[in-house]
Amino acid sequence: MKKWFISTLTMLALFFSFQTTSVLSATLIQVKGSDTEVNLVQRMAENFMKTHQGTSIAVTGGGSGVGIAAIINKTTDLANSSRPMKDGETAQAKANGVNPIGVVFAVDGLSVIIHAKNKINSLTMDQIGQIYRGELTNWKQVGGADFPITLYGRQPNSGTFVFFREAVVRGDYSNKMNQMNGNAQILEAVKKDAGGVGYVGIGYVVDDYGKIDPGIRVLEVAKDSRSKPYSALKLENIISGNYPLTRPLYQYFDGNQRAKVEAFIKYELGPEGMAMVKKEGFYPLTDQWKKYNAQFNF
Amino acid sequence: MPNLTSKTPSHDPSGMIRRWRRLQDKLIHRFFQLNGLLSILILLGIFFLLFADGFPAVKHLGFQAFLTMIWNPTSFVKATYGLGAMIISTMMVTLGAMVLAVPIGLACAAYLAEVAPSWIREILKPVIEILAGIPSVVLGFLGIVVIGPAIATIFHLPNGLNAINGSILLAVMSLPTIISISEDAISSVPRTYKEASLALGATHWQTLIKVVVPSALSGIIASIMLGMGRAIGETMTVLMATGNALKTPHSIFDSVRPMTSTIAIELGEVPFGSDHYHGLFVVGFILFVMTFIVNLIADMVLAKYQEVER
Repeated sequence: MKKWFISTLTMLALFFSFQTTSVLSATLIQVKGSDTEVNLVQRMAENFMKTHQGTSIAVTGGGSGVGIAAIINKTTDLANSSRPMKDGETAQAKANGVNPIGVVFAVDGLSVIIHAKNKINSLTMDQIGQIYRGELTNWKQVGGADFPITLYGRQPNSGTFVFFREAVVRGDYSNKMNQMNGNAQILEAVKKDAGGVGYVGIGYVVDDYGKIDPGIRVLEVAKDSRSKPYSALKLENIISGNYPLTRPLYQYFDGNQRAKVEAFIKYELGPEGMAMVKKEGFYPLTDQWKKYNAQFNF
Repeated sequence: MPNLTSKTPSHDPSGMIRRWRRLQDKLIHRFFQLNGLLSILILLGIFFLLFADGFPAVKHLGFQAFLTMIWNPTSFVKATYGLGAMIISTMMVTLGAMVLAVPIGLACAAYLAEVAPSWIREILKPVIEILAGIPSVVLGFLGIVVIGPAIATIFHLPNGLNAINGSILLAVMSLPTIISISEDAISSVPRTYKEASLALGATHWQTLIKVVVPSALSGIIASIMLGMGRAIGETMTVLMATGNALKTPHSIFDSVRPMTSTIAIELGEVPFGSDHYHGLFVVGFILFVMTFIVNLIADMVLAKYQEVER
């Protein structure tokens, strides 16, 4: 009788210990940041969770700046960012005991979009800069119809806002620029505004089948007035880097907590992840960025 | 329960139970008193928090920095901390909302309280209450996809993301508050007032305008002020619908960026402890002072009106 009792007890103990370990091993990964990346990472997370029971991933947006602030303050596990971390931010993270490591998991051809009825096909980087600084205010100044330009851009918490300002505007955005709350809102606004111009990640202008939204036109962009304009819609222009607004999309994590997120990042960088990158309209990693990731053993 | 009181002394020779009960009474009294004071403590706490977190920016940048027009702390060239454009934006959107909501709200309240047959009232009242429950994000979305394009078409503008769009949405948000409180105020006007007016030969309309509405004025003003408070503090709707351009608005058809939007957009990513961070608390402090003044004026108007009535 006593034996029976003890064996039952051990069985129960074993059972419960097994239960608790399985509960403890269920990891929750928080992902926060870039609005450009949020849909793509959400899709990757959903597919990852299907094959990896016991891991749940919560993806939210808010802007690259919000994601980076969260990784600095240790309130997220992964920060999506469409811009590299600034030196000041890295220093702040180090001071907080965070060792931020950024891998590149997709490439974006940041697209300059206009209304479908606007007949302009291409602009130079300089012209786009002048338009966004507010120096050119009518489409006729860049060879279009006599129609005032309405500027649509992002908010300061957006990585795209920062990237575009550094790469193209090289000064302050015009005070007249409408600061929209995400890529999708810029797209909607430009679709409805015959004089509108905006910038969005390439994943937002094409659908799952690679078709461009019929309400907008994607401009070809030239480095300067002497060079040829290139389209963001062609893979070869991204690989060659001829499209001037080609940019990497980053994901930052704390190097001290690598184990928690390693499997998910490897999945993103693997063949399944890259297939989803293509499906969302972004471009898979080029050799340059694969080499970049290799320094972090990814 | 006479039994209990007569029994108590025999079971409680030392008065223990009685003392315990008295203590209980006292504790409950204190507990409720504390709850009453809590709202004052919270209010003071918020005031001091905003002040303490905003002060370093004022100290470091000087108060003049905030007296300029343009707010752009993340500027590529030179950070500016002007509150002017923001304050004008907030006032423009709020006043616009009140201009739209007050006449509609009052007319609706008067109709519900005085004119409408009971079956219509029974349908309208819950519908208006449902209106109050619409999430602000949903209204903001309507602003982008429905009201914005409509404004653009009607006024021949390139786009509809402007102050008037925000005003229309905020009017919709503050209508339920204005209607239900005004309606209560109008309904609670004593019947005798109305009867006296009608007996003197006034028409129904004259009675409503000259007797009933003035008698209910304190409640009506309170409803307008509460609606206004809701409009000033609303964030998500205006953030989505007004375009958020930094420049000083010149007309209701310009894109505006009210104070609430600025805080919501920037507080999430601002480096902790920077001038920008403390500057946002200055914005919050000014917003707090503005709503405080609105409420104070409402209270003063109410007090004055009640004196006259007596």
